[in-house]
Amino acid sequence: MARPSARLSPEEIAALPTTPPRRGNGAWRTPQGAVVSSVKETWGHAIRKNWRLYSLCLLPVVYLLVFQYLPLVGNVLAFRRYQAGSAFPYNIIGESWQGLRYVHQFVNSPQFWNVFRNTAVIGAYSLLFTFPLPIILALLLNELRSRRFKRTVQTISYLPHFMSVVLVAGLIIQLTLSNGLINEVLMKLNLIDAPLPFMQDPKYFRSIYVVSQIWQTTGWGTILYLAALTSVDEQLYEASAIDGASRLRQTWHVTLPGIRPTIVVLLVLNIGSFLGVGFEKIILIYNPTLYATGDVLSTYLVRYGLFSQPQQLSYATAIGLFQSLIGLALVISANMVSRRLTDASLW
Amino acid sequence: MVSAYEDLTGVGTPVLDRVSARGFIKDSRGYRVFRVFNILVLLGFSALMLIPLLNILALAFSDSVPIVAGRVGLWPVGFNLFTFNKVMADSLFWRQYANTVLYTVLYTAIAMFLTTSFAYAISRKNLKGKSALTWVALFTMYFGPGIIPSYVLVNRVLGWHNTIWAMIIPGTISVFNLLVMKTTFENFPVELEEAAYVDGMTTYGVLTRIVLPLSKAILATMVLFYAVGMWNSWWNAFLYLDDNKLFPVTMYLRNLIASSANTAGMSSGNPDAQVQIGSNIKSVAMVLVTLPIVCVYPFIQKYFVSGVMLGAVKA
Repeated sequence: MARPSARLSPEEIAALPTTPPRRGNGAWRTPQGAVVSSVKETWGHAIRKNWRLYSLCLLPVVYLLVFQYLPLVGNVLAFRRYQAGSAFPYNIIGESWQGLRYVHQFVNSPQFWNVFRNTAVIGAYSLLFTFPLPIILALLLNELRSRRFKRTVQTISYLPHFMSVVLVAGLIIQLTLSNGLINEVLMKLNLIDAPLPFMQDPKYFRSIYVVSQIWQTTGWGTILYLAALTSVDEQLYEASAIDGASRLRQTWHVTLPGIRPTIVVLLVLNIGSFLGVGFEKIILIYNPTLYATGDVLSTYLVRYGLFSQPQQLSYATAIGLFQSLIGLALVISANMVSRRLTDASLW
Repeated sequence: MVSAYEDLTGVGTPVLDRVSARGFIKDSRGYRVFRVFNILVLLGFSALMLIPLLNILALAFSDSVPIVAGRVGLWPVGFNLFTFNKVMADSLFWRQYANTVLYTVLYTAIAMFLTTSFAYAISRKNLKGKSALTWVALFTMYFGPGIIPSYVLVNRVLGWHNTIWAMIIPGTISVFNLLVMKTTFENFPVELEEAAYVDGMTTYGVLTRIVLPLSKAILATMVLFYAVGMWNSWWNAFLYLDDNKLFPVTMYLRNLIASSANTAGMSSGNPDAQVQIGSNIKSVAMVLVTLPIVCVYPFIQKYFVSGVMLGAVKA
């Protein structure tokens, strides 16, 4: 296929594109003036050559199509009525079109604002506390001179990450009992006269949730920051020290700008999962007296969609879709803003 | 070996170390005060991480009278093994514990098979369609399928309600783990593979006899990620299983918690002693469920950290 460039006139060579053709075959020239012919590998040839590699993809791709993409298509259930006992594919996409009926039903339901507000408030509080704390902890760990002490603190602080959410729920309920550890300590310190009814009064729920979130995520969240901290140029510290910068000023002017890309990327990711408030934990710990502050989109969805008689699958799918679309919109807009303001972005 | 005092204060560390840690100007008084404060803050933080766990451990081995009186802190009061033996004698508990072990082993095996083979294929540089295949996986990270459609799929379409399949098949490819493995395989020395091909090995042979044996560290990390995830999971069981003979042990714990959560919600004022005896049993179950994780945790921690870092480099 290669054609000697001697057969092309200089005009012809100059007219050639400077990049390889996107699709199909064709000649192009490099900036240095060499003429290259590029021949795209056909699928038949690729499969004959690499069929063993493609065979390795077969099961994983089938798995992804069935368990990730089929349910994605199943989201149309939000606009269609579900009929139990129908045949495939109607048992996943529903029987008949209902338009926006289920979305309207949700938006106009009396619980809508309560659930939406709870989700947004718990999400915002979680973000407010669980996002900056790992950065602070990483900065503090970074100032430690003793390797051994640093490693010990890290080991202890990573531990909650490995605990099952069921265990965390058990801890929360145990600690907040009227004669649990928290009430006992508060009583010993004479801060309260009688045990606080943590799990019976809705006003405590958000704090309890956020504190438990901090307990679970702060330590583990430092890993990426600690990694980013080691890559900050040591010479910058030396230069700023010569200029007379204190350790605090070094942190502000050298360390934080050095880990800014990491901070921005993690913030964008966190904003995206803002509405996906950890529902597993809430389902485990809440009870009907706490719905006023503790009922969030996903717990409401599960309660009404799956554990009501009869199950309202289409209605719950509509809520789930509502939630994931808002999440997607949030992550896209956060990413756009961060690309404008800083140069770091997810994609 | 340096003494604990030297280790904490930095006295006795090589001069070069100290220079790089603090610039080469003597620490200011303010910074020295900060460093003491910093150590105290981190000690306090570590204590807060451990206190809830120690409290549960203490409750598990305490007498029920001090528990009801709320006198158990971080150390057992009226040490006894009564509740412990009671849970140990519960055949349902052990049945569910065995289920957890079974699910963890099977799930991890399937997940490792799918993840490894896919990651290896999409890590090959000159595979046609490689980027499309990567995107098939990557897309699911940004837009997941949602709770209800997945439930409908497993329960109604596949009819896996109350079967072991509902536990071990959904969620067997973690895109994060896939990307970590892909990155590792991409950095595998090409010369080794080429030599193997020259010797007449096929792709399968290269993967199973050259690449995998030399990637043990990353394989161990992935096994741990999957195994710990399955060990701790309860949601799939909650969604898909009704039969308590099939439950994993996390559901045993969940049912104890659910009964006490509801009692806590209903009783206004002082909860009765029943809840407290429940909390004793609950603590024992919590200790037993978490014990394997805590036991292996110190040894596996570094693998997890390295796994997260590899994933972060990719993302």
